[in-house]
Amino acid sequence: MEKIAFDQLQEELFYEKMDNGLEVYVLQKKGFNKTYATFTTKYGSIDNRFIPLGKDDYVRVPDGIAHFLEHKMFEKEDGDVFQHFSKQGASANAFTSFTRTAYLFSSTSRVHENLETLLNFVQEPYFTEQTVEKEKGIIGQEIRMYDDNPDWQAYFGLIQNMYHHHPVKIDIAGTVESIADITKDHLYECYRTFYHPSNMLLFVVGSVDPKETIEFVRANQGKKDYKEQPEVKRAFEEEPEQVKEPKQVRQMNVQTAKCEVGLKAVDTNLQGKELQKREAVMNVLLDALFGKSSPLYYQLYREGLIDETFYYDFTQEKGFGFAMVGGNTAKPEELAERVKQILMEASAGKHLTEEALQRSVKKKIGSFLRSINSPEYIANQFTRYAFNGMNLFDVVPVYESVTLTDVMDTAKHMISEDRLSTFQILPK
Amino acid sequence: MALVNETIIDKNGYKLHIVPTDKYKTITLMWKMKAPLKEETITKRALLPYVLQGGSEKYPTSTDLRSYLDDLYGASFYVDLGKKGNYHVINFTMEVANEKFLKESESLLERAFSFMHEVLQKPLVENGSFNQDIVDDEKRSLKQRIESVYDDKMRYANARLLEEMYKDDPYSLHVNGRLDDIDQLNASNLYQYYEQAFAEDELDLYVVGDVQADQVETMADSFLQFTARTPQLADASSSSSQPAEVKEVKEKQDIKQGKLHIGCRTYVAYKDEDYFAMQLFNGIFGGFSHSKLFTNVREKASLAYYAASRLESHKGFLMILSGIDSKNYEQAVAIIREQLSDMKDGKISDNELEQTKAVLRNQLLETVDTARGIIEMLYQNVVGGREITIDQWLEAVERTTKEEVVSAAGKVEMDTIYFLSGTEGE
Repeated sequence: MEKIAFDQLQEELFYEKMDNGLEVYVLQKKGFNKTYATFTTKYGSIDNRFIPLGKDDYVRVPDGIAHFLEHKMFEKEDGDVFQHFSKQGASANAFTSFTRTAYLFSSTSRVHENLETLLNFVQEPYFTEQTVEKEKGIIGQEIRMYDDNPDWQAYFGLIQNMYHHHPVKIDIAGTVESIADITKDHLYECYRTFYHPSNMLLFVVGSVDPKETIEFVRANQGKKDYKEQPEVKRAFEEEPEQVKEPKQVRQMNVQTAKCEVGLKAVDTNLQGKELQKREAVMNVLLDALFGKSSPLYYQLYREGLIDETFYYDFTQEKGFGFAMVGGNTAKPEELAERVKQILMEASAGKHLTEEALQRSVKKKIGSFLRSINSPEYIANQFTRYAFNGMNLFDVVPVYESVTLTDVMDTAKHMISEDRLSTFQILPK
Repeated sequence: MALVNETIIDKNGYKLHIVPTDKYKTITLMWKMKAPLKEETITKRALLPYVLQGGSEKYPTSTDLRSYLDDLYGASFYVDLGKKGNYHVINFTMEVANEKFLKESESLLERAFSFMHEVLQKPLVENGSFNQDIVDDEKRSLKQRIESVYDDKMRYANARLLEEMYKDDPYSLHVNGRLDDIDQLNASNLYQYYEQAFAEDELDLYVVGDVQADQVETMADSFLQFTARTPQLADASSSSSQPAEVKEVKEKQDIKQGKLHIGCRTYVAYKDEDYFAMQLFNGIFGGFSHSKLFTNVREKASLAYYAASRLESHKGFLMILSGIDSKNYEQAVAIIREQLSDMKDGKISDNELEQTKAVLRNQLLETVDTARGIIEMLYQNVVGGREITIDQWLEAVERTTKEEVVSAAGKVEMDTIYFLSGTEGE
């Protein structure tokens, strides 16, 4: 067991890699009632072409399968895992993203029992034809719910504009049609390939004793017979740097229009410290341009182009990445033009000042301190960072290292007309 | 040791609630203003906090104000609105870093108090009116905020259900007010309302974090002073009554998923003895993922992704909600009715009762792990007019018997079924 101390933050992180390859992290939060644990596999919606365990050739699996598998993990021969957790006073959940599937619980008592339930239910799959068929109705309704959600439609619409081939453009839940093809054999194949402990990470945060917790996990894993498994081979098509479509419009049953502008990221092979720096620089850049204290935000607000839903975001992982800027607007066309213009001007060095940079850095550090009040944030973000070779607890020093030259160079390097795209939702 | 230590001090015109805890790396301040829900004032109340955060005497534009917050180590500041029974509540929330974790020696808390004072008591005023530009911008934003409810079909269905169920009751009013009122609001009549609200509203300030009570009190005294007032009570007689038969309202839109929202009257509120039994009723019926609604509508019948119930603590209102294919409407309603009558008939297993107690306890303990959670729990006492500590809450849940839950179930009456049907699967 290793101990990693973060002095300024007054936090201590404990770590151990189990014999079967599982990485375990424990962070004690004094004074909290709650313990929150996530058990995450490095397997998400983008992993749709890979060599299954024990096979030689690549397969292409149906869209939405990682998410479908997540749903089906909760059903066992003796019933529903939710029931076990609630008997033990815990609430359980799970989510699937582009690159991860996470199973989690939070509880204020019986932490070891809940931890055992978490580890065991994720490590003991049980799929039958009948339960797989039944789930199609439930997930079908989940998909329909998102079909009617204009924010989600704008988000995926914009990604689909930007990406030609990369599976990030496929909706995480798939479609009603694509999930119709899923069988229990598909689920077992994906499960065996991606749910090996060496492809997974356990994070426990809250009112726990780190040493006891790690011992408990070690004993639990020691009872299970895992054979060594090589790293999964995944395949992705070559993706052009340019966007696929510069603009698309969709009409929906809404009263307020939406407009989103996307910037497709370059250097999507970045990992570790380089990726962490890139994320920090991009966040500072976008905040200096579009944050609530920027003069441009004020202008756009005064001109009636934006309201408080206006936001920006940057995300990048191995193989894909994008910035998004937008929100509800009465004038989608005008807003799109202005945002693109501001980004192009920034690539030429305009709007970027030392003063704006300092303010954004302070703001990001403050916001990070707020975030680490939240066990959920720590566990989920730590895992995302770790899967990309980064460290969540380096956020403050990385932000402090950002210079105006970094911001200007990155703006020049990243922003280009042919990497910009807009997506609008208009009232029918 | 108690789970939450709250000190309440009477100040000039408001109550100061201090909750010292070393759990967080930040300190949270929340200013709450409460008044009875009324048609005449609702839209003004919905606009007012946004105008105040749009600029002050010292920070005349939102850019000035936001820059100051960023410099304050990215302090967060936001306003929002809530409805608690027949009351409307305006919230101003600020969260500042604790300087212990920063290379900073100055008290950020004192600066936070000073900022609150600026926003609440030193607005940008010219000749007895708010600033025209800010009011115009915020009127536009408020319109967009009200219109966007239509775009979120779950929120839309909630609003429509309340309109139908509480026709002559102010509870049907939306927190953001009414679209048609906005054009009549201006910089001058809104300023008049500002003075009225700060003179008449019931005011509460919560401070949660690693603080010392005496220091907080000194800061409160030097930065926040108001005149004494007697808080107004909501008029209970205006409440509408239940129809003789369950009312069914159907509406159609071009959407993929139908939204089924059913309103029930519980006749039990926070101030009542059987409030905890009603909480358990809600938990067993539809509050959690082991509940009857989730198990039967989703897991067994495969009709929905979500099927749940939510309890409003002060109105005696419970809402059932589920997203379904329109063709499954009859089946879903039948299953839901069956679950409700099972509850009334006492078809509740020991297991269901114990599970629900365990998760309710868990939920409560988790709620008080967040500063906002602590504040909202404690504020129930202000709204409900009954002092219950978190520890008493936990004991009361533990003590509740199955008989008491069944007796609470006996009071729950379905009032209105609202269905926003989609065009898919017909």
